[in-house]
Amino acid sequence: MEKIVSWIDDRFPLTKVWEEHMAKYYAPKNFNFWYFFGSLAILMLVMQIVTGLFLTMHYKPDAALAFASVEYIMRDVPWGWLIRYLHAIGASMFFVVVYLHMFRALIYGSYRGPRELVWIFGMVIFIALMAESFMGYLLPWGNMSFWGAQVIISLFGAIPYVGDGLVEWLRGDYVISDATLNRFFAFHVAAVPLVLVILVFLHIVALHKVGSNNPDGIEIKKNKDENGIPLDGIPFHPYYTVKDIVGVIVFLMVFSAIIFFAPEMGGWFLEADNFTPSDPLTTPPHIVPLWYFTPYYSILRAVTWEWLPGGAKLWGVIAMGASLVVLFFLPWLDKSPVRSIRYRGGIFKAALAIFIAAFFLLGWLGTQPAEGINTLLAQISMFIYFGFFLLMPIYTRLDKTKPVPERLT
Amino acid sequence: MKKLFLLLTLVSMPVFASGGGAHLDDVDIDMGDTASLQRGAGLFVNYCLSCHSAAFMRYNRMSEDLQIPKEVVEDNMMFTSDRIGGLMKTAMPAEDAKVWFGKAPPDLSLIARSRGPEWIYTYMRSFYLDDSSPSGWNNVLFEKVAMPHVLYNLQGARHAVFKKDEHGVEVFDHYEMVKPGSMNEDEFDSAVRDLTNFMVYLAEPARMVRYKLGVYVLIFLSIFFVFAYLLKKEYFKDVH
Repeated sequence: MEKIVSWIDDRFPLTKVWEEHMAKYYAPKNFNFWYFFGSLAILMLVMQIVTGLFLTMHYKPDAALAFASVEYIMRDVPWGWLIRYLHAIGASMFFVVVYLHMFRALIYGSYRGPRELVWIFGMVIFIALMAESFMGYLLPWGNMSFWGAQVIISLFGAIPYVGDGLVEWLRGDYVISDATLNRFFAFHVAAVPLVLVILVFLHIVALHKVGSNNPDGIEIKKNKDENGIPLDGIPFHPYYTVKDIVGVIVFLMVFSAIIFFAPEMGGWFLEADNFTPSDPLTTPPHIVPLWYFTPYYSILRAVTWEWLPGGAKLWGVIAMGASLVVLFFLPWLDKSPVRSIRYRGGIFKAALAIFIAAFFLLGWLGTQPAEGINTLLAQISMFIYFGFFLLMPIYTRLDKTKPVPERLT
Repeated sequence: MKKLFLLLTLVSMPVFASGGGAHLDDVDIDMGDTASLQRGAGLFVNYCLSCHSAAFMRYNRMSEDLQIPKEVVEDNMMFTSDRIGGLMKTAMPAEDAKVWFGKAPPDLSLIARSRGPEWIYTYMRSFYLDDSSPSGWNNVLFEKVAMPHVLYNLQGARHAVFKKDEHGVEVFDHYEMVKPGSMNEDEFDSAVRDLTNFMVYLAEPARMVRYKLGVYVLIFLSIFFVFAYLLKKEYFKDVH
């Protein structure tokens, strides 16, 4: 065994990579519940790739065959229903995990220097994941697939001058059609997954360069022993590998409970209108994107001020884009002397609580008809959303922080 | 503060209430009630399949899942196919259907997932006589529906009595039996429940296995959890 390893080591840095990233990668010893979601996100990425591969073997990317081929998978392919549920419900669970992972970064300041690039790679992953799930959602070719894609692609039509041509170019046709389905399939199974895997690799390389943050938000590399090992660090393997296995099992229990006992999750994970084949002549009563898009969909619809130059639709699209772009600047917006919420003052905690409430409200409003009081609520929530980020340089300076300890608590 | 965030996270997935104003009656769906599923299958192939298709479902799959012997299916339930492995197509050509009803009747394979079982149960029990409608029938839940009351010889023919509410809008009040059918009200409700139960199965045959399988998977994961947790505890006892 040793001989084989040394033979490989002479030709490929096997032991070096293993030690740098697993056995001698020192992670803070105080990781809590929130630190499970990184490894769970990798689990979900692998799960989506593997189940997606098997779905591709039976799925037909053809407007005349797609819907029936999904039902064929659900009924006639052995275990097809399980693979398909793992994939379709897995998409929602992937977003649950990713949102919680991002929330962890938000509360413990994991985006702060020197981890800006970790955060930025993460944000690009988030946006690639949105593109991936949006295109994947068209593939079952149900009525909500069709109308969801219709609404979202037509947004590009709001761009001045090039809008209409751009929309046609994206669809490959004058309407959502077989051409659209085929190109979405190509992106969904080849291009975007490849990009995602590369981005995840970069995200982890960047993380391992600077080291993991922790719930106290202090650098463990400041206190090292005589061998240069952080006093508050423990090797990722075996400590966090065995700990993450526990997290994986608990997560799989929740995931399995949904798959086996409530796959539709009350309409949140599988929408009733998508069990009807796509029909260009029948618009569903409410076109509702899946839950993980609804906060941004709400922001899009919240801009109703027609007096804006270029019209409300254009500014809705801009606002939606800006709500994602602003996240990239988070590392530079936060001026607090401390990272973790544990040592922050009341102002930040209150701002974060209001932001989370507004985010959930936006998410819920995105599933409701945009009428009456809903539009006003969405507009208020939108201002809170942007206010949380844009006012951050001011309120994080004013905030009364607590003294940060030298060592992990 | 920490607890508040945890709470916010946990309540982030409330149950989605399906919209729509009409009142829907609850129906008891039970995949373990094989007798009910068999009776429902009988009603379905006799009454529904003459106009509708269930083109994603195979006869032999139904025979296996509902424990109906193949011979019984072949002799008594297959009106539209001569192959036991065939799909549940309809006897009625789509072009004719378009002429007779104005539109082709929808495929029913997935209707229990798109409409919901409560909707089907209520809909099938909401037909009434209406001279102004082309088919002679109307439906309280689905106004001006093209479909006639196919189960009228079981339920009987009824008039619907409407009244004006406080805003002067006509609202449904009650039914009046004109010509009783072969079943009384309880028997008919039970028959429609069987039919609905079958259609829920029809929409997702995997339902027959997924509940049972889910229990085994969760038991396996629970046992795995104990060992994984003890292993983690063993490693972390030296970390202070």
